[in-house]
Amino acid sequence: MSINWYKYASPATFYGLAGRLAPWFGWAAALLTVIGLYIGFFVAPTDFQQGEAYRVIFIHVPAAWMSMFIYLVMAGWAAIGLAFNTRLSFMMARALAPTGAMFTFVALWTGALWGKPMWGAWWVWDARLTSELILLFLYVGIMALWAAIDDPRRGDKAGALLALIGAINVPIIYFSVQWWNTLHQGASIKPSGTSMDEVMLAGMLIMAVAAWFYTIAVAFVRVRRIILERERHTEWVKHVLEAA
Amino acid sequence: MKSRHKKLLAIGLAVAGLGIVAALVLNAFQSNLVFFFSPSQVAAGEAPTGRAFRIGGLVEPGSLKREDDGLTVHFVVTDTAKTIPVTYKGILPDLFKEGKGTVAEGTLGPDGVFTATQVLAKHDENYMPPEAAHALEQAQKAQATVVPE
Repeated sequence: MSINWYKYASPATFYGLAGRLAPWFGWAAALLTVIGLYIGFFVAPTDFQQGEAYRVIFIHVPAAWMSMFIYLVMAGWAAIGLAFNTRLSFMMARALAPTGAMFTFVALWTGALWGKPMWGAWWVWDARLTSELILLFLYVGIMALWAAIDDPRRGDKAGALLALIGAINVPIIYFSVQWWNTLHQGASIKPSGTSMDEVMLAGMLIMAVAAWFYTIAVAFVRVRRIILERERHTEWVKHVLEAA
Repeated sequence: MKSRHKKLLAIGLAVAGLGIVAALVLNAFQSNLVFFFSPSQVAAGEAPTGRAFRIGGLVEPGSLKREDDGLTVHFVVTDTAKTIPVTYKGILPDLFKEGKGTVAEGTLGPDGVFTATQVLAKHDENYMPPEAAHALEQAQKAQATVVPE
């Protein structure tokens, strides 16, 4: 089966597709969140050194993963947009940024709540925490740049450029705990294997998939708004708005 | 405010945000990329002198002593090669234990004693139920008796 992907590069076609898919991803995310949180809070065992406090992990790690992953996807769309001058790519980048910023904030916030009882500090300026904070500033900076430039096409390009420059920060975040000594512990999931109980791992991975689906659903809803705004002078949008 | 003033302000804010990012990057790259120094690094003179810094390592088993005031503690930080005695007055984090990781911030006195103003616990990336940790410990002990060193 071959799909004509170029067809969906048209905002008018993608508007319909995103509208049909968004509810499915939204409901799947809700269901997986319920399952993941149930496993995390009621099924997963107590940790041998951190007791019950480790359960922040079921929110913290998926949020931190998403904060980095969404940035890479956003920068990828930005790169495609710059290279091919495709309008929808920039719109997707814009649609992803707020969710990425939210997950970054959640990762920092839950990390602080976790750090105080376990490490003894809400915040430390180690390489991992600092680079994650820079990620939040990057998201906010990119969104501010988009908002500051009235001409959408010019704004697209400026924001995309900044997103691309900032992408260097993502590997720094990920490898910070390997490259430098930090207070933050190393990764529990490595190519060589995991150092985590299986039930704990299952809960965390389910929450991560839920976060993926949530991100897709929200990005689709948001990109539909952006498409309507950008294409408001076209005939098809007038038809959509008349029908609504 | 005219719209172009607003635009100017917004761009200014964006630039300021970038400035903060750059400043943080530089700050992080210079003094904070290395969050702590190991006792061996301190012994080799790599730690800064004349200002506060952090040392990190394991709390040497059997070294933790509390004074009668209940707040002042003495312990030894080790990286299995070198050791540094530490004095700290304050509340220790729950995870602070002998044989576990710690990071202490403070100054090194001329007598070689590190006076800490903050003591943090550094834990590892292993997550398992207590029974599994216990079983692992038993297995390690059993192996140690089979292969005496």
